[in-house]
Amino acid sequence: MENILSLLIWIPILGAIVVAFLPRDKDNLIRYTSAAVTGLQFVIAIVLWRKFDPSDGSMQFMERYEWIPSLNISYILGVDGLSLPMVLLTGMLFFIGVFVSWNIKKAVKGYFSLYLLLDAGVVGVFLSLDFFLFYIFWEVMLLPMYFLIGMWGGPQREYAAIKFFLYTLFGSVLMLIGILGLYFTCGKTFDILLIMERAPEALNGVLWWGMSAAKVIWVLVFIGFAIKVPVFPFHTWLPLAHVEAPTAISVLLAGILLKLGVYGIIRVNYGIMPNEVYWFAGGLAFLGLVNVIWGGLCALAQTDLKKLVAYSSINHMGYSLLGMAAVVAAGAMNGGDLKAAQAGLSGAVFQMFNHGTISAMLFILVGVVYERAHHRDIDGFGGLASQMPVYTGITALAFFAGLGLPGFSGFVSEAMCFIGAFPVFRTIVILSTIGILLNAAYFLWAFQRVFFGKLNEKYKDMEEINGLELFTVIPLAVITLFFGIYPGPYLDLIKATMDQIIEKVAFVATYAAL
Amino acid sequence: MTNLQSLEFFIPELILTITILAALITDLFVKKSKTNMIGWVLGVGLVVVGLSVHNLSSVPPTTLFLDMIVIDPFSSFMKIVIILSTLLVIVASWVNDELEKYRKGEYFTIMGIMVMGLFLMTSSVDIIMLYISIEVVSIMSFVLAAYLKLDTRSNEAGLKYVIYGAFSSGVMLFGLSIVYGLAGSTNYFAIQDTLSSLDGSANPALIMALLMIFAGFGYKISSVPFHFWTPDVYEGSPSTITAYLSVAPKAAGFAMIIRFFHQVFSDSIGLTSNAIGSTDLPWPEIIGVLAVVTMTMGNLVAIQQKSIKRMLAYSSIAHAGYMMLALPVLSMEAVESVMIYLFIYVFMNLGAFFIVIFVKNKTGGESFEDFEGLGWKMPIVGAFMTLFMLSLTGLPPTAGFVGKLYIFKTLVGAGSEFLWLVVAGGVNSVISLYYYFHVVKVMFLGGKRSDVITYPPSTMFGLMIFTAVPSLLLGLYWNPLASWVKDSLVFYTQVM
Repeated sequence: MENILSLLIWIPILGAIVVAFLPRDKDNLIRYTSAAVTGLQFVIAIVLWRKFDPSDGSMQFMERYEWIPSLNISYILGVDGLSLPMVLLTGMLFFIGVFVSWNIKKAVKGYFSLYLLLDAGVVGVFLSLDFFLFYIFWEVMLLPMYFLIGMWGGPQREYAAIKFFLYTLFGSVLMLIGILGLYFTCGKTFDILLIMERAPEALNGVLWWGMSAAKVIWVLVFIGFAIKVPVFPFHTWLPLAHVEAPTAISVLLAGILLKLGVYGIIRVNYGIMPNEVYWFAGGLAFLGLVNVIWGGLCALAQTDLKKLVAYSSINHMGYSLLGMAAVVAAGAMNGGDLKAAQAGLSGAVFQMFNHGTISAMLFILVGVVYERAHHRDIDGFGGLASQMPVYTGITALAFFAGLGLPGFSGFVSEAMCFIGAFPVFRTIVILSTIGILLNAAYFLWAFQRVFFGKLNEKYKDMEEINGLELFTVIPLAVITLFFGIYPGPYLDLIKATMDQIIEKVAFVATYAAL
Repeated sequence: MTNLQSLEFFIPELILTITILAALITDLFVKKSKTNMIGWVLGVGLVVVGLSVHNLSSVPPTTLFLDMIVIDPFSSFMKIVIILSTLLVIVASWVNDELEKYRKGEYFTIMGIMVMGLFLMTSSVDIIMLYISIEVVSIMSFVLAAYLKLDTRSNEAGLKYVIYGAFSSGVMLFGLSIVYGLAGSTNYFAIQDTLSSLDGSANPALIMALLMIFAGFGYKISSVPFHFWTPDVYEGSPSTITAYLSVAPKAAGFAMIIRFFHQVFSDSIGLTSNAIGSTDLPWPEIIGVLAVVTMTMGNLVAIQQKSIKRMLAYSSIAHAGYMMLALPVLSMEAVESVMIYLFIYVFMNLGAFFIVIFVKNKTGGESFEDFEGLGWKMPIVGAFMTLFMLSLTGLPPTAGFVGKLYIFKTLVGAGSEFLWLVVAGGVNSVISLYYYFHVVKVMFLGGKRSDVITYPPSTMFGLMIFTAVPSLLLGLYWNPLASWVKDSLVFYTQVM
């Protein structure tokens, strides 16, 4: 168990290779193998969680091997309170995703091989602590995603796939420039922890195009991550990709891939250039507001159920951005309010996890109805409640979780984001509460149109949600409810790491004030 | 070193000459259907040449034939790159159906002579030698481009190539003669010496000479605005020759440019030092703009192509642009990045061309339509092509990314005045993704799916493996390459 983190990455890669060499007509064998691989990964993630020491905010289970010494590239892995929940979420959703994709019929082998490769890429990004490795995993995700959307997606899949690819690549190229900038200013190393240590001093006074290099790098890297989040105005790829992707891929896209953006901003922008956080926090909060309002309004206007859920992702990630911006409350000039900073940052990280479970649930449920009706037009249903009571019940639960009803985990994290951001960004927080209203409006309105009213005659024989589908949704619903009532375990898990980040941000402010 | 003493260090070229003669003579005795044998003769000869180049790479850098050419690790590296690409192209020529109608004896022999010219290009330090070597390469390329004599497009390619080639080498010759007029010598080091002590009065002549010489160089590496021949020649030539032209002469061309700028007009400090600096023109910016325009033009026009071969022609212009990005810096690090890029480019670009050849053998065409649904029909070929496209785009974990990483690294490290080049290069990679993945799209996403799965024949498969493995592995572990390049980063310089 010494190289437990490597196992998490290499098991799916090996799985992908094994699946690629299985006979092409043995569809079930391929499915079971993939389930076994992701299941094993999930179990290892749980073992990791049990062994993890939550009281220690720094990196644990570190692995370090030389790789390309001439460029100071190493293979460095580590996990802390920020990445551990994400690894768990990845393990869980990829395991569930296999069952969601059980009814994929076309080129099953290719699908699951790419699926496992995607899995490896995602876990790799969360675990790697060397920028080169990080970047490789970041890009490794793109190719499987391109094929998964482009080959198994909806009618506009080709356009959606290449748009997703181009957008993300554009962001990652800018990120690469930022990374190279850090590489040179911080003594030619790709080691993230080393750069974290050196960057604040090394970047001090360095100019790029007559501007502070740190700010330029901050923005370059931020754009790379913002496209993934997605932050307005870089969000236009998302609704398209979501709608065209097969259900399982939408689940993963919303559940995990979007989190990579937030994770990256906290890990890289906050961890390496905390000083510039102050400079950009206002903008970040404002972008959060735009995300909340814009996403909400767009969701309200949708007639396609899946598109509605996609826009709700934009809306929800806005809260996360708002919470992240709240970190600056810790700065001396903002009154050194550590409590608010803690609430905001933990809220943002918690929101990321909650949105992962809730949106996964929503996409699975949309997939269930699409599977039966072959369309997702909100106005095309009506009265499904009488036909599919169980499905209605569980969808109601998911929608309530999505709109942030107290008792569900989404409420806790959204409230934390607001509480954290309130002292510093009062107006923005007040304005963004409109988002909650929109949030409730689009979910409830859609729910009403789909499930209430007179039963649409076309669907009077609609099948109830089946066991396999329930099996994929129920665990997520349980988690959502559990954390809604008792968020303690999650917050304890991340607390030490959050404190460390906040401390750093706070320290930089006092340092700058001197 | 005198002529007789030099011979001992000229063994690779001597062996090559013998090989060329052997190829020529063997051709007299074999039937038309057996002319692949000449390829064997040349191939075996080249392997021996490669070994002797390798043997000589450890001797201290020195000049041969009374300062005509040099032998140094840099030229050895380039020679090995050239030999590698030639060997791959020879093997591909065996299985290229386009050539079936013709005797291949002259084809292989001419290729051998071209290698000779390329060798001299990488190592000449005298402008006469430089000119002769360029001409040897050019004339052989003209013949090879027009080798399909029954095909009008091949003839057109050859003719266009001749006209452009003659014109640009004439312009370059004029430039070189001005340099001779200024310096009174044809030797690089003597010229460097004289030019660096010139006062400003000679500037107009110097600028003119520089521009004219760059026209010749730009033609060789197909840099904008001297690129117009490239698409037509690349499209019309036999595919194997297209593949060859996009790799080997480009490598030699870059070697020549680097050596020339390094040792005639400036030195390792970059394009602001010595003679080139005294002209008061912003040369780094000028070359930078040319590089950016080259890759942008290549990429934008590549998007609109319907033939994959022509698309690859424009993409090779774009790749010349990426490599040119490092020229404004011209530090040792910049040269290193160009060398790494070139080495990787050989594999990924040849690989892509080999697949085009293979598909043309099968379907008789090289347009996007001929690739439709190919990924399902020939899964192995589809997977390899995807890998090459990924690598040409420069996505990790493929080798193409490492090449770009080195170029970008050089530019970021050289200071913030070169940052705009990195941004331009990055944006261009994104643009290139669009058309490279258009290939992947038609292979996998479009077209009718048919499950009659075919696999490539063993020679073709071997070629694909041989290009695909480095295209992937060098992206994951390129330590050996990096250290080899580092060791080869030694130029012969005159001891003052």
